[in-house]
Amino acid sequence: MAKIIIDEERCKGCELCITACPKHILVMSEQFNKKGYHPAKQIKPEECTGCAFCAMICPDISIEVFK
Amino acid sequence: MKKVFGRPESLTDVPFTYCPGCHHGTAHRLVAEVLDEFGIREKTIGICPVGCSVFAYLFFNCDVICAAHGRAPAIATGIKRSKPDSIVFTYQGDGDLASIGTAEIVHAANRGENITVIFINNAIYGMTGGQMAPTTLVGQVTQTSPYGRDPKTMGYPIKMSEMLSTIKGATYISRVALTKPAYIVKAKKAIKKAFQVQLDGKGFSMVEILSTCPTNWGLSPVEASKWLEENMIPYYPLGEFRTPEEVA
Repeated sequence: MAKIIIDEERCKGCELCITACPKHILVMSEQFNKKGYHPAKQIKPEECTGCAFCAMICPDISIEVFK
Repeated sequence: MKKVFGRPESLTDVPFTYCPGCHHGTAHRLVAEVLDEFGIREKTIGICPVGCSVFAYLFFNCDVICAAHGRAPAIATGIKRSKPDSIVFTYQGDGDLASIGTAEIVHAANRGENITVIFINNAIYGMTGGQMAPTTLVGQVTQTSPYGRDPKTMGYPIKMSEMLSTIKGATYISRVALTKPAYIVKAKKAIKKAFQVQLDGKGFSMVEILSTCPTNWGLSPVEASKWLEENMIPYYPLGEFRTPEEVA
């Protein structure tokens, strides 16, 4: 069981986490954050393995991983 | 549930001011994680350059000094010599280290100063608006090379790691990238080794980090990562150019 928490206000919508996720369960949200970016959003959280690839590649350290 | 990944203690809570997808953030995190792991944050002094990372003093939770353009290794030399117990690192871009600061970096390496240099190479001047840097690739279009870099008049991209590895005073020289998790793991190992060299008092260490500049390259962050892998890595090969064993 693993989960990630995305800090939507820190996210700048660069989409690097989406390319890094081996399970393809990250997408861009349709909502805007305060800076005007579309933050990343996790779909199907039950499939997350907690590999932390998304957090490692995130340049803004906006993803926390729990296992 | 236990937190297995989060913000390192050696970074403040200030959000980075860098553009979306810029590798500076990842590079900052790796340096901060290494400071955390060695437990040396309290005695570390960083020197930040002129460039986008001039604001690194806002982000690193240790003492940080801003140097004049390219002069970070000279300031680092002074600090390390007057406070030998402190851990001193410089964080410099390619416009800073490979252009205006070439003399400082070459002689700091030649004197074998016991400092660690984090060199961010994104093949362009970022903060000033995308002008050609000494590290710009042949044919690469920038604001000041609108028809692509032509070696006849503009010279060839300079390979700092290879150049510095010919210097006897340099102990550890390595080049890494941050475009995928496997590279990031290797990059962290290299940064850790560089700080280990300084902790052991073995001399000059430098890690060159190939980095993207999506804004000035005119690419999306994902395209920029791909461009780096396809164009920069073949010219700037990754790996260790000098290791402590070789010196000893």
